[in-house]
Amino acid sequence: MLLGPSLGVSAILFSLGVAGVLLRRNAIVIFMCIELMLNAVNLSFVALAQQLGREGQVIVFFVMAVAAAEAAVGLAIMIAIYRHKSSVNVKEINLLRG
Amino acid sequence: MPASVGWVWLVVLLPLAGFVANGALSLLRPEAKRAVSAIGVGVLVLSFLIAVGVVGGVATAAPHSPYVLTYWQWMPAGGLEIDLAFQVDQLSAVMLMVVTGVSMVIHIFSVGYMGDDPGYARYFAYLNLFVFFMLVLVLGANFPVMFVGWEGVGLCSYLLIGFWFENNAFADAGKKAFIMNRIGDFGFLIAMFMIFHAVGSLSFVEVFEAAPGTFEVGGTTITLITLALFLGCAGKSAQIPLYTWLPDAMAGPTPVSALIHAATMVTAGVYLVARTNVLFAIAPVSSFVVAAVGAATALFAATIALKQWDIKKVLAYSTVSQLGYMFMGVGVGAYAAGMFHLTTHAFFKALLFLGSGSVIHALHHAYHATHRHEDAQDMRNMGGLRRAMPWTTGFMWVATLAIAGVPLFSGFFSKDEILAMTFVRGHDAGAFYVLWMVGVVAALLTAFYMTRMMLYTFHGPNRTGEQERGHLREAPWVMTGPLLVLAVGSVFAGLLNLPAILPGSGWLHHWLEPVTEGSAAYLPDLHLGSDTEWMLLGLATVVAAAGILGAWNFLKPAQLKPAREAPVETGIQRVLLRKWYVDEIYDWLVVRPVMWMSDRAFWKVMDVKVIDGAFVNGSATVARALGWVGSRFQTGSVGVYLFLFVMGVLILMRAVIR
Amino acid sequence: MSGTEAVFWFFAAVAIISAFLCITRRSPVASALWLVSTLFALAAIFVLLDAHFIAAIQVLVYAGAIMVLFLFVIMLLNLGRAGPTDMLGWAGRLVMFAVGALLVVELWVLVRIVPAEELQLPTGAMVQLTEQEGAVRVISEPLFRGFLVPFEITSILLLAAIVGAVVLAKRKL
Repeated sequence: MLLGPSLGVSAILFSLGVAGVLLRRNAIVIFMCIELMLNAVNLSFVALAQQLGREGQVIVFFVMAVAAAEAAVGLAIMIAIYRHKSSVNVKEINLLRG
Repeated sequence: MPASVGWVWLVVLLPLAGFVANGALSLLRPEAKRAVSAIGVGVLVLSFLIAVGVVGGVATAAPHSPYVLTYWQWMPAGGLEIDLAFQVDQLSAVMLMVVTGVSMVIHIFSVGYMGDDPGYARYFAYLNLFVFFMLVLVLGANFPVMFVGWEGVGLCSYLLIGFWFENNAFADAGKKAFIMNRIGDFGFLIAMFMIFHAVGSLSFVEVFEAAPGTFEVGGTTITLITLALFLGCAGKSAQIPLYTWLPDAMAGPTPVSALIHAATMVTAGVYLVARTNVLFAIAPVSSFVVAAVGAATALFAATIALKQWDIKKVLAYSTVSQLGYMFMGVGVGAYAAGMFHLTTHAFFKALLFLGSGSVIHALHHAYHATHRHEDAQDMRNMGGLRRAMPWTTGFMWVATLAIAGVPLFSGFFSKDEILAMTFVRGHDAGAFYVLWMVGVVAALLTAFYMTRMMLYTFHGPNRTGEQERGHLREAPWVMTGPLLVLAVGSVFAGLLNLPAILPGSGWLHHWLEPVTEGSAAYLPDLHLGSDTEWMLLGLATVVAAAGILGAWNFLKPAQLKPAREAPVETGIQRVLLRKWYVDEIYDWLVVRPVMWMSDRAFWKVMDVKVIDGAFVNGSATVARALGWVGSRFQTGSVGVYLFLFVMGVLILMRAVIR
Repeated sequence: MSGTEAVFWFFAAVAIISAFLCITRRSPVASALWLVSTLFALAAIFVLLDAHFIAAIQVLVYAGAIMVLFLFVIMLLNLGRAGPTDMLGWAGRLVMFAVGALLVVELWVLVRIVPAEELQLPTGAMVQLTEQEGAVRVISEPLFRGFLVPFEITSILLLAAIVGAVVLAKRKL
């Protein structure tokens, strides 16, 4: 029975992802941390799929597809921002200032 | 169910089809007057013939609980179930005959009267629509369907009063009628809500079946319900205090006054009371209010009619007065008598209006020919018309004798029956004797003012003008023909319900018994000894004769001056001419306070200060202030956003964990 | 501790340590490579959890395609060298790790919720299924039946992502 430990590992990885997002200022690294969170959730899905049925694995498949799409668009945005600001430091990206 | 009763939907639908066709014509080809006449009159003739068949079916069938024809479910909502259903019984049969018959005759008359009007097609479209709604009103098998008709005839009344809407005063008269009716409709609606609350249904059959078990006699609920219903009736049937719209409604074309504001629509209130006779019988207080208001209106309107110069205004106040009689009848519990007077009144009052229309038509043409602008409705400009218009004069006299209550004419029997029934009720409660006396005085005044109208219009010297006199012509046959039909009705409609002392008596009374039997248990026996009956008949004859002869001797048409040269009235005559200043009193009591409140309180304080100032600008200021506060958080730094976001997630998750 | 569990804990340790290093290394390239290490360890755990096909996809798509894309962008934008403001200061780091720890605690409580008895499959059901149908069919069966519409929508999403990426990244259209 690896369900409990798997979910624990998933929780730790997710929290590390969140901490990373908060900690880092490099937009690309923040992006990677988001991927880390997605993977932590995938781990939960797979662990629960073992107990509750294969639909969990199908969801993981969709998460990966969405993650790929997100990475493609997100990195494209990075390139666009870098072209504009010559930096991907989120401290300098404050176009939303009210 | 007799097969012919199943055709009743066609009676209703034909006028609607006529409205659609004429409405289309009025938009597309308003000059096609022949087609408009053919459609407008044709649908009414067909409708009348089918209605005869339907009523024949009701008559041949054995006495039977009402035929309710349900067409479809209209509003199913929880406990409320309203069907689009028609109810054919003895009461709606009477109304069916009156409405389709009189409408048909008046439609034919309109062909002549409105022939030169550019809005001919529009006029017939409205008139057909009115007949449709009136039929829905009298046939509806539950309160909401009846209310649709009730509102619909109000709409058509508004449209037709303001038919010549280029004239501001006419358009205002339409609005006045609409608003006055709205006050009454409020009562009708409240009554419907209360009935549904108490009984849980709005269908006539179910309500009247449940009423004796649901309401206690004289209870508060039923009294309130019936008073609210009567408020609706007072609005629609022009009773005190809501009667002032009806005289103004004479702004519409004269056939409209005859059809809507004399024969059919304004009697809807009487019909409603007769229809809900069970409810009114359980509420004796309300019934007395109905009778008292009816009597008061009968007298009050009759006094005003004494001094009006406009021929149509005389007839309008006469209508209000006669409606008062009908309410007196249904108020004292003589529902058959009320419906009887409704029927006879439909004939002679429609005849009077059409006759006055014929007169106005003639004067209008005469003034038109000489290009003079005089009032074609003012009796001071008439006089001596009997020489030019013998037929109209004869028919008008028939109707006048009928309304004045001269023996053997229809109005004699119907009015006498109401007064007799009121007199009978006096045995139980003395207050009814007072109502009876008021009714007798009003009858005297009725005979007087009607004779006055005839005298000034058709007798004495002519005051129209030297040049115009030659242009006065009798109306064409298409107008006098309908007069003849109505005159026959005015004479013989009395046969429907002869007094008990005559052979073949009380036919209408027996006919309506299935409808009124529910209320019979709550009413004292309205039976009259034959001595009393003879005495009352004799008294009625004396009163009518006194009124007619009094007017004949007292009034001097020869001394009358044309309207342009007439001296200013003084004293009580002026008060009567100005209709007891009721319009002015309403203006002071209702209109001006409302205007003042609207201007000072609602506009300058409520609208400008509160709505605009506090709400509109205030909310904008608050939103801007909050926005400024919110914008302080918008640092634009993704890191801060992320941190706040994560904190939010943490708090939410804390809430999830128990 | 059985052999399987030993392997699980080994890879779990690898994943957690790699993830920690991923978020603490200043150099983006180093971060990316430690993330790849995490993803590989996760793929191994997936195998232990009887999700063979997902494990393969994890290696191919994530560790392969997506991470290569990341590295490619880092190289393209020449961000390989760490900047001085790339990471928060010591105080910020402490706060952020506290927040992370708090999250772990909260998640830990949630993790202890056990799925209802009647929902659970018997032990080894997934293994049996995989043996019967093959690793791919386990996924493809529901994917092309019950989840067909979401699957098609995903394909549209990917198409939109492709178009969007081109539009955004292109200097001039």
